[in-house]
Amino acid sequence: MPAPATFSSSAAAFLGGVKSALTSVFFLVLAGTYIGMGALAHDFGFSSWWLALSTVLVWAAPAQVILISALGAGSALIEAAIAVTLSAIRLFPMVVALLPLLRGEGTRLRDLLLPTHFTSVSMWVESIRLLPGVPRERRIAFCNGLSVGYMSTAASFGFVGYYLAAELPPLFAGSLLFLTPLSFLLSTARNAKAMMDKLALVLGLLLGTILTATNVQLDLLWTGIGGGTLAYIVHRLREAAA
Amino acid sequence: MSAIWTDLAPYLALILVGYLPNEVWRLFGLVLARGLNEDSEIVVWSRAVATAILAGVIAKLIVFSSGALAGIPLGVRVSAAACGFLAYLLVKRSVFAGVLAGEAALLLGGWLVVH
Repeated sequence: MPAPATFSSSAAAFLGGVKSALTSVFFLVLAGTYIGMGALAHDFGFSSWWLALSTVLVWAAPAQVILISALGAGSALIEAAIAVTLSAIRLFPMVVALLPLLRGEGTRLRDLLLPTHFTSVSMWVESIRLLPGVPRERRIAFCNGLSVGYMSTAASFGFVGYYLAAELPPLFAGSLLFLTPLSFLLSTARNAKAMMDKLALVLGLLLGTILTATNVQLDLLWTGIGGGTLAYIVHRLREAAA
Repeated sequence: MSAIWTDLAPYLALILVGYLPNEVWRLFGLVLARGLNEDSEIVVWSRAVATAILAGVIAKLIVFSSGALAGIPLGVRVSAAACGFLAYLLVKRSVFAGVLAGEAALLLGGWLVVH
């Protein structure tokens, strides 16, 4: 558990968040992932500014990969929209689990709009880990700083990848795409201190593989509801037994 | 007019097909999370569901890869992820060490397959 941080002002907490973003492993992961994303956008004929706007507006790497490859390959718009929305379902429980950590006594709904939009895997994993050590009244500012740090990293390296695209050998391009699942796996494992989270991780890996291999519709939705609920039930049973 | 349309079409598609279908889930979360505190059972359950969905995304990206990663054989991808996890456990639960080891294993494996 990181040492509790005290911040004298919201601005200090915001800067603390930016600093946490730039010194965490996700800085390197986002840099690598968005170099790969830039190369992808270039290959499918999008402009570099379109990619930057998609990073700011969509702010979810899996959805952006789907969007770029579906639009670029000329898929039907409705088909692309459905694929994007299915990949985004995970953001819903993340927001539900995150916002109660951010909310304090006088928090207004509009204060939560930015953290809601900023919610993504990297930001969520780091917020869940770091926020308990931040005083409650500084958490929103810290979280916004963290997110701005991550988002600017991603947007900047998107441009780098875009202009490097032609130079990337396939093995190197593949290794950049591998950064996302590998870092998601390890950081989720690090955050899974409670038995319930470990179980949810293992069940999700297994169910995700099985349901995708058997071509089940809405595989991610069932993976989440099935694996998550099972882990939750085991957690409740153990609590009741204790 | 049609030239403007051609220029704007990708941005319109970004809003309609990318931004809105993605953002709607965050806004649902914002609405549902009102009035809940972090110990409520639905928040605990949401954390379990979010973790399981994330694990599903990870499994899909590694096992059913697309793009340049699909060019690296499945066995190499899974072994590299396992190497990364092992290194993470061995080096004091360091995500950085794990990512480094996993990437090194992937590059080595991918290179050996070709050569």
